[in-house]
Amino acid sequence: MAQPVGFFTDVTLCIGCKACEVACKEWNALPNNPLEFRGSYDNTGQLDHANWRHVRFIEQPTKNPDKPIAWSMMSDVCKHCANASCLEVCPTNAIVRTEFDTVFIQQDVCNGCRDCIAACPYGVIGFNSTSGTAQKCTFCYDRLQNNLKPACATACPTQSIKFGPLDELRQTAAKRLDTLHAQGVTEAQIYGDKEYGGLHAFFLLTDKPEAYSLPSAESAVLPSRNNIPGYLTAVVTAIVAAVAGLIAFRRRGETQP
Amino acid sequence: MPGEHFVVPPHWEWYILLYFFFAGISGGAFVIGTMLRLWGRPTDAAASRLAFIISFPLLLICPILLTLDLGQPVRFWHMLVDVGSGTPAFKAYSPMSLGVWGLTLFGLFSFVMFLGAVGEGGYLRWRVLAGAGRVMNSTLGKVFMVLGAILGFFVAAYTGVLLAVSNQPVWSDTWTLGGLFLASGLSGAAASILLFSRGRRDAQVSDGKLIEADRYFIILELVLIVLFLITLGSLVSKVLGGGWILLWLVVLIGTLVPLVAHWRPAALRQLPPAVIPVLVLVGVLALRAVIIFSAQA
Repeated sequence: MAQPVGFFTDVTLCIGCKACEVACKEWNALPNNPLEFRGSYDNTGQLDHANWRHVRFIEQPTKNPDKPIAWSMMSDVCKHCANASCLEVCPTNAIVRTEFDTVFIQQDVCNGCRDCIAACPYGVIGFNSTSGTAQKCTFCYDRLQNNLKPACATACPTQSIKFGPLDELRQTAAKRLDTLHAQGVTEAQIYGDKEYGGLHAFFLLTDKPEAYSLPSAESAVLPSRNNIPGYLTAVVTAIVAAVAGLIAFRRRGETQP
Repeated sequence: MPGEHFVVPPHWEWYILLYFFFAGISGGAFVIGTMLRLWGRPTDAAASRLAFIISFPLLLICPILLTLDLGQPVRFWHMLVDVGSGTPAFKAYSPMSLGVWGLTLFGLFSFVMFLGAVGEGGYLRWRVLAGAGRVMNSTLGKVFMVLGAILGFFVAAYTGVLLAVSNQPVWSDTWTLGGLFLASGLSGAAASILLFSRGRRDAQVSDGKLIEADRYFIILELVLIVLFLITLGSLVSKVLGGGWILLWLVVLIGTLVPLVAHWRPAALRQLPPAVIPVLVLVGVLALRAVIIFSAQA
């Protein structure tokens, strides 16, 4: 097996240029977004079948009258979770783990049931009505197979998106976090060390995860957590219903038509 | 306490709603047919036959709806066969995978019991069917029915677990949906048998028992609805707010009117007999609609 790889996205270095989005669309031949005014520089909106990178513009009001809005930018992407919700529920085995330890949807196997979309806790996967399949970031699997960096990391001009072996990236992230803490940026934190067994696309954030539309560590839970309670309730209901049936069907005499 | 989710909806809509509805009634009808056969009197055999005859045609609609809902309908068989290895595609912890296999197996049981019921009732005078009809009352037939009924319970219930095993708000924040859909499916199945027994004197003999059973199923359903709303916590406004309250009113009418009809029969004596089963069925459909659509709104 090849070495596990990852993305380390440092939001303190993102300038919102969207080069990553453009490079991703270019390499993967993804369709353009419709031209519409969204009331924000964030005119991509969300990750979906046609947007595998999305530069979030988080606009938060401040108490400073000279700078009423504080911006934070983050290039969002599929997290390629170690314990992936989408992979867990996929009934056709269309979603697989590659030799690079990334999560990949086989387009010739997917039948468009959309169970993965219901399961993904990050809202990453979109349904392509043209192909009839679920689609998301492939981690540029074709480029990885040819020893090339993913298109987004190659295009990023500020090194906000770093690509490399996962272990090395985690060390890089830890050093960067120490540096920021030393500089007084105490709110800086790594997101993706623990969530879903460790994310292959992890982030250095300067606010709580929810501000970036990321579930907190407590909320980052797998769909399978509901299997046992769900079936158990059904079994208890079935037993009660069977007892009800026994009472109803045994005790009473026939009624006349 | 529900966690904070940042998901997008899967857009499971009308096909899935109708699938959940028919699967619930088909599974429930098989279960009721089995209970009538095992615990009822010989005169209940006609209603039991009717239950099995209702179950199979409704089940036939289910794979059609599921296939139509797929983005790639011709790849429906990928649910059963792993394309890469050629082995069965089976994941015990994926309710959709488990459900497809459950539905397929239940189809076999439902088909055989349908043939048995047709044979026993003499609706088609084929020798092979008459033989199948005779087997229904044998020990082998009863064991077969019980196994089928276990699958019937599963088919009626797993759709709720399928919704819960996700990260969607509402669906994944409660443990009640499997039980709720099962109770509601059984109630709808009893109502369907009552509806189709109109004008069939042999089956109407069991109407009183079916009405009583339906009352118990409705009480069970109401208890689970209350638990469903309690477990949602702060998310309860998502299913009760806006226009969804109208669908809940339909659910309440479909559950409370049959109960009132029992305790205050004079109040509803003027209604045609088919009205109450129809109200129950509309309520069963509305319950699934409000749970499926409100969570994705």
